[in-house]
Amino acid sequence: MAEAVLPRPLLGRLLRAREGGFPYIAATVLALVLVCALLGPWISPHDAGRIALSEAMTPPAWLEGGSMSHVLGTDNLGRDILSRIIAGARVSANVALYAIVLSGFIGAVLGMAAGYFGGVVDALISRLIDVQMSVPSIPLAMLFAAVLPPGEAMVIFIIVLSYWTWYARLVRGEVLSLRERDFVKLAKVAGVGTPTVFYRHLAPNVLNMLLVLATLQFGSVIVFEAGLSFLGLGIQPPNVSWGGMLADGRNFIEVAWWLITMPGLAIMAACLASNLLGDWLRDTLDPVRRQL
Amino acid sequence: MSGYIARRLLQGVVAIVGALLIVFVAQRLSGDPVALMLPMDATEEDFAAMRQALGLDRPLPAQFVVFIANAVQGDFGDSYQWQAPAMALLLERLPATLELALAGLVFALLLAVPLGVISAVHRGGVVDRVAKIFAMLGQAVPGFWIGLLLILFIAVELQWLPAFGRGGLANLVLPAIALGWYPVAAMTRTLRSSMLDILDSDYVRMERAIGLPERWIVWRFALRNAFVPLVTMIGVYFANMLGGAFVIEVVFAWPGVGRAVVDAVFARDFPVVQAGVVLAAVVFVVVNLIVDLSYGFIDPRIRHG
Amino acid sequence: MSAAKLLAWLRPSKRRERPTAREMQPDRVAEPRTGRLEVRDLKTHLFLKRGVLKAVDGVSFDLAARETLGLIGESGSGKTMTGLSLLGLPPKPAGRIVEGSVKLDGRELVGLPEDVLVDEVRGRQIAMISQDPMTSLNPVFTVGAQVAAPIRAHGLAQASAALGMAVDELDRVRVPSARERARDFPHQFSGGMRQRVVAAMAIACRPRLLIADEPTSALDVTIQVQFMDLIERLQDETDAALLFITHDLGVAASLCHRIAVMYAGRIVELADATELYAAPKHPYSQGLLASVPKLGRRGERLTAIPGNPPNPLDLPSGCAFHPCCPHATEQCRREAPPTVAVDGSGEVACWLHV
Repeated sequence: MAEAVLPRPLLGRLLRAREGGFPYIAATVLALVLVCALLGPWISPHDAGRIALSEAMTPPAWLEGGSMSHVLGTDNLGRDILSRIIAGARVSANVALYAIVLSGFIGAVLGMAAGYFGGVVDALISRLIDVQMSVPSIPLAMLFAAVLPPGEAMVIFIIVLSYWTWYARLVRGEVLSLRERDFVKLAKVAGVGTPTVFYRHLAPNVLNMLLVLATLQFGSVIVFEAGLSFLGLGIQPPNVSWGGMLADGRNFIEVAWWLITMPGLAIMAACLASNLLGDWLRDTLDPVRRQL
Repeated sequence: MSGYIARRLLQGVVAIVGALLIVFVAQRLSGDPVALMLPMDATEEDFAAMRQALGLDRPLPAQFVVFIANAVQGDFGDSYQWQAPAMALLLERLPATLELALAGLVFALLLAVPLGVISAVHRGGVVDRVAKIFAMLGQAVPGFWIGLLLILFIAVELQWLPAFGRGGLANLVLPAIALGWYPVAAMTRTLRSSMLDILDSDYVRMERAIGLPERWIVWRFALRNAFVPLVTMIGVYFANMLGGAFVIEVVFAWPGVGRAVVDAVFARDFPVVQAGVVLAAVVFVVVNLIVDLSYGFIDPRIRHG
Repeated sequence: MSAAKLLAWLRPSKRRERPTAREMQPDRVAEPRTGRLEVRDLKTHLFLKRGVLKAVDGVSFDLAARETLGLIGESGSGKTMTGLSLLGLPPKPAGRIVEGSVKLDGRELVGLPEDVLVDEVRGRQIAMISQDPMTSLNPVFTVGAQVAAPIRAHGLAQASAALGMAVDELDRVRVPSARERARDFPHQFSGGMRQRVVAAMAIACRPRLLIADEPTSALDVTIQVQFMDLIERLQDETDAALLFITHDLGVAASLCHRIAVMYAGRIVELADATELYAAPKHPYSQGLLASVPKLGRRGERLTAIPGNPPNPLDLPSGCAFHPCCPHATEQCRREAPPTVAVDGSGEVACWLHV
């Protein structure tokens, strides 16, 4: 019986003011990531790249031997972890925003074309999606990491290559069902040109769904980028990234646990926040369709 | 059924050809593919010989045909790190990767099946809430970080299990958890929601009305029904895990395909990289084909349909 | 002679080799005259967010061995909920039996712990044939396994022996070439055949009370007739009492000894089938019968019962039928009528007959 009263989930109570309410904590965390990305150099306590071997391997402030000038401790070269996490936020946010906007745009355009025109266009684009989806994204990333110069641009390219299919499939499905709805048919009968139909009638309807998917994928893209950088195939030193910090810290796992813990927590917080915000957006914008 | 198999086979072939096309494009994208295929100390004669072998003097479509013809024979060139055919090198390591991915899948199922079933049976109960929290964290925490934490706590601090390399069952546990971590969340949710539908179905009502014990109904009967949608996802997850295994293998120094390909990227050993990508695509297609065929095993309606 | 009966006559069944119902229940004592099933003032309520739905609100009736009682009424009148309550299976988590007594062969069932109900009652003493044969069988198990399940669950036989018994049951419900078909899956059967499989599941453990919840409403008319014959025969063979839930007055008339008419969770009239059809006492029964088209009386206007069925969450005061009743008085609005005996066998709950 759907009507029986169910207790609210614990985590929901913790993270949301009320069921379906705005997830304040998640939004704050995401805002924090964006603030770090924008104002990083001004708010970070130290320069992220500053090497001070005399202060190497300082534990976090609350532990014995810790110091308040390095709240989260330092790494093997004496670099301040907190400052590096703030610097890593810039890379993560940058890559995620560019990658999502680009893959969203490409996916949406191809998806709309496939759904709207149907026939050969649809068949071609659909096959392209199939092919793309049958190559696992990590091996594909390695292929391009091997042939392209490493750096942010390459990481963005690789992510777009793996993620556009999500948007294309979503938009295609939506347009396919919209195409049969009366207002689109009427517009066509009335002789409205194709670009206008696209812009006026289709785009607004798919925009909500795109926004939800983009928010949900913000976290997933951050994880993907971290994975690539962890392997050494993504962001290259001296640029700081959370994945790269994990790779560095891995060599000192037996002596300094904070080196691998802190950046991981940053990844987790950003990703969890984007998932929660995405869930809230989906429920708010489209309470009926919850299968995204 | 046979028409269905034929269609799926054709789709698989198209996907693999597509993967080959992507590899081919990537090769050409880099400028001179020969520079990729040869070690840095190669001589001018090596270059000329390679150009001719690849047919680079011919038009692009013809080059692609040559590339495909070689690929079909499993020929992606020799690894210059190891002076041996690239594909053969990777195939040698494939069992290690499959072992890891299977272990990850087993771990994921061992956790997801009880979690999903119990949270459906006791909706809103303690297990349901824990599973929900688990699902949220599961999707936000990268598997390789879980791997690092496992190494930190289980291997380094507690010294219960070895952290690196392949060997007995003990070596398998930590990497399997790290790899199986991610799909647990989605599997649990799928199982929970299909279980909820099934427990509300007419046939379960009938099973209750004829006095079958509830634990029979849930674990012997309904679970099998709930497996139908789960199996659909297992193919996708297994394939993702093969990809994810590339990262986990590096974390745990697991001697599989992924680690070989990552090493090859750093060594600029392109034949191994491209063989790795194609191998991943082939395994993906084959796994999904097996999954499609196994539906019929679980859901008789498809077998006869 | 119906097709099913003809078939049964042409092909001697293996029935003789099986233990009869009596042999399967050696502990059974001679049928007491008081009747097999006694339901007294049964109340099952659904506790919903929007309020309490009194799905069954004080139902009482008796049922003897081999007797068939028809429970008729429109959808939402509480027929199915009455059947589920007898099994101790009101819908979870909202439904609960709040009051009343159900005695089967003298044993009180209301209040029995769940595990006793599962072990000793459901499927063993009371079984139900459900409404829709298309959805009542589990799609991923063979029908043999499904018919064998209650036999195994109630400890009558173990794995392979149970399967053998299941084949006999399928044979008993006239599934052709039962041994082979036991290995088939539900989707390979027609609707009528599936309903026979459901019947086989229900009678597999020789229940003393069989509840059939609109078992034919999803079937074609010819298949319906065959299935009714089958149910009658199964009842004869197993000595079961039969509670037949339906909204189809014609079907009820052909099968039932007595008929109980339900309205808004109560039995408003209970009488011998012939009596009820000849002279319905309750205004609702009269309306119900008048709304059935009769053969050979073409052109006659069908009378509809005036008004709408009541909101189950907010029933009218007094007699729930009074807003629709042509004879309603001030008393009907104020007070619910008691159930009184009329003309020997019948009972009616209406102020007109007090």
